[in-house]
Amino acid sequence: MKGMTLIVKKTTQLIAGMIFMYGIYVIVHGHLTPGGGFAGGVVIAGSLILITLSNGGDFMKLIKEESGTTIIESLATILVILVAVSGFIFGTKIFFNNFLPKGIVGHLVSAGVLPLYNIFVGTEVAASIFIIFLSLIIFKEESKE
Amino acid sequence: MNPLIPLFVIIPLAGAFLIMIIGRFIEEFNKYFTSLVLLLLTCISFYFLFTTGEKIFVYKVGGWEPINSLPIGIYMVMDGFSVIVVCIINLIGFLSAFYSISYIKRYTAGNYFYALFCLLIGGMNGVVLSGDLFNIFVFLEISVISSYALVAFGVESNELEASFKYQILGGLASFLILFGIGFIYWKTKTLNIADIKASFSSGYNKTTYLFIQILILSGFGLKAAIIPFHAWLPDAHSSAPSPISAMLSGVFIKAVGIYVIIRLFFNMFAISEGMAVLITALGTVSMVIGVFLAIGQWDIKRLLAYHSISQMGYVVMSVGIGMILVSRGTKPEIASLAIAGGLFHLVNHAAFKGLLFLNAGAIEYTIGTRNLKEMGGLAKSMPVTSATSFIASMSISGVPPFNGFFSKLIIIIAAVMAKFYLLAALAVIVSIITLASFLKFQRYAFFNRSNNSKNHNIREVPFPMVFSMVVLSIICVLLSLLVIPEIRDAILTPAINILTDPVKYSTSILVQ
Repeated sequence: MKGMTLIVKKTTQLIAGMIFMYGIYVIVHGHLTPGGGFAGGVVIAGSLILITLSNGGDFMKLIKEESGTTIIESLATILVILVAVSGFIFGTKIFFNNFLPKGIVGHLVSAGVLPLYNIFVGTEVAASIFIIFLSLIIFKEESKE
Repeated sequence: MNPLIPLFVIIPLAGAFLIMIIGRFIEEFNKYFTSLVLLLLTCISFYFLFTTGEKIFVYKVGGWEPINSLPIGIYMVMDGFSVIVVCIINLIGFLSAFYSISYIKRYTAGNYFYALFCLLIGGMNGVVLSGDLFNIFVFLEISVISSYALVAFGVESNELEASFKYQILGGLASFLILFGIGFIYWKTKTLNIADIKASFSSGYNKTTYLFIQILILSGFGLKAAIIPFHAWLPDAHSSAPSPISAMLSGVFIKAVGIYVIIRLFFNMFAISEGMAVLITALGTVSMVIGVFLAIGQWDIKRLLAYHSISQMGYVVMSVGIGMILVSRGTKPEIASLAIAGGLFHLVNHAAFKGLLFLNAGAIEYTIGTRNLKEMGGLAKSMPVTSATSFIASMSISGVPPFNGFFSKLIIIIAAVMAKFYLLAALAVIVSIITLASFLKFQRYAFFNRSNNSKNHNIREVPFPMVFSMVVLSIICVLLSLLVIPEIRDAILTPAINILTDPVKYSTSILVQ
């Protein structure tokens, strides 16, 4: 895949960063506003897909990218489980226990472990949607040869 | 709250994703790690088997206590019935994973295989332990989607075709189940099984109730491959890699199909005679038709897959007879006997059908074909495979003193005592036809003269495969001990009590 013209490349370079930031915003405010891990993760994956589409497959070295993304995805899942298990260890011996201090309602740092879950779920969703996209592209590139 | 219960879900899930990371850097990590994980889970499940008894353990995930005695969180429930199924899942899972250590050499991408295997186990454990309907659905999807991928693992045309067929019918089943769950939520405003029971007991609309029951029965019936819904099973179970076939046929259709049907129709819905007769009829039909479809097959794994349908028919029929008697409210001891026969046969079937699929895998591993006509004379070159498959064949055909004989005997006695003479006669006839078809398997695979010149230098399969087959055949013989009243009282009776008592499950969960 060769990528698109210079205009498209420059524009997506400008926009993709903002979309990425917006995804992070949705994720970290997940416990305060609508949205959260899943929605923000999809937005982040969208920005990554935008860059890949406009710049083409050679630019990204797709297969290397795919293995890195797989590792990030698995790590994020393991981190979710780790937070759940640490609720078991530090809290009252209950899996998925909300063991951190709850803070004040409406503050960014509040609600105990919920923001952590949102961040990990967001990473997981972004990585897995990006993997699906990458494997479709890799399949197309390989089947051409 | 017993903190060990969620481990059945956490450990396989964490294991699956650890394999995806560490397996990339350390070769052979996936094989030994999966076997170790499943061995640990088997030990925990046997600990529960010997300690649960009549107790019901409830685990509230996240520590959400009920408000005004209405459950609001996710409940995990371990009782006498689910502990039996959890034991089967993890034990057969461990043996299949250990068997795969050698078998997986036929395939590439071992990491994906073992990660999907762990997800399959985690999903099934979740289905069995979950105490509310929506989590049953979520875990069902986890295990079913990984089984789609595992069926297509060989990525050749027939495997992809089987997986595609399985996905379409499985998707239909998931849709029916979700539709039914939606109806239940609409009517009762709750998803907790115990709470739904309590909510239905205060009155319901008969038409909607029947519609929900039909939706749930056809959805889970598709997963359990009871006869009108069986079309995907022979393809899917015969195309998968053999350890996966053993898991799918030995455990999967029970854990996500039969278990849920029995659990919901005994403990969630009020037992009605019409529904009980329908379930018995479905069981009888699959018992009879399954065996007639099986006897003409020449592909070993297809033959075994059709026999799964037939043997599951025994379980469903026997439990259905118990259900009819419970709904009539007469002869409770015969109802218990019928349900005991069904559960006993369910456990036995996991052992011998798992073993038979592992045998089929061993044959395929050495001579590279599944066609019975191309085999022959394997008894001399593969003595262990031959001996273990003989034990399994005799077990499934109901020859004493193996386990299948006792469970079929209990089923037939219960049917006679409940005055269902036709069903008892059919059970005997089906058992004889099963014996005929397994004699055919034995003769063509092991005792016929070999008509293939390249069969001279075949040897016995490697140690991990031999180990799994021998352990399963020992289990086949040992399971006959469940017929002794003391052992049966310790293991099967708690499960029967929780099924036959209409309110025990729901009340004892709601008060905790």
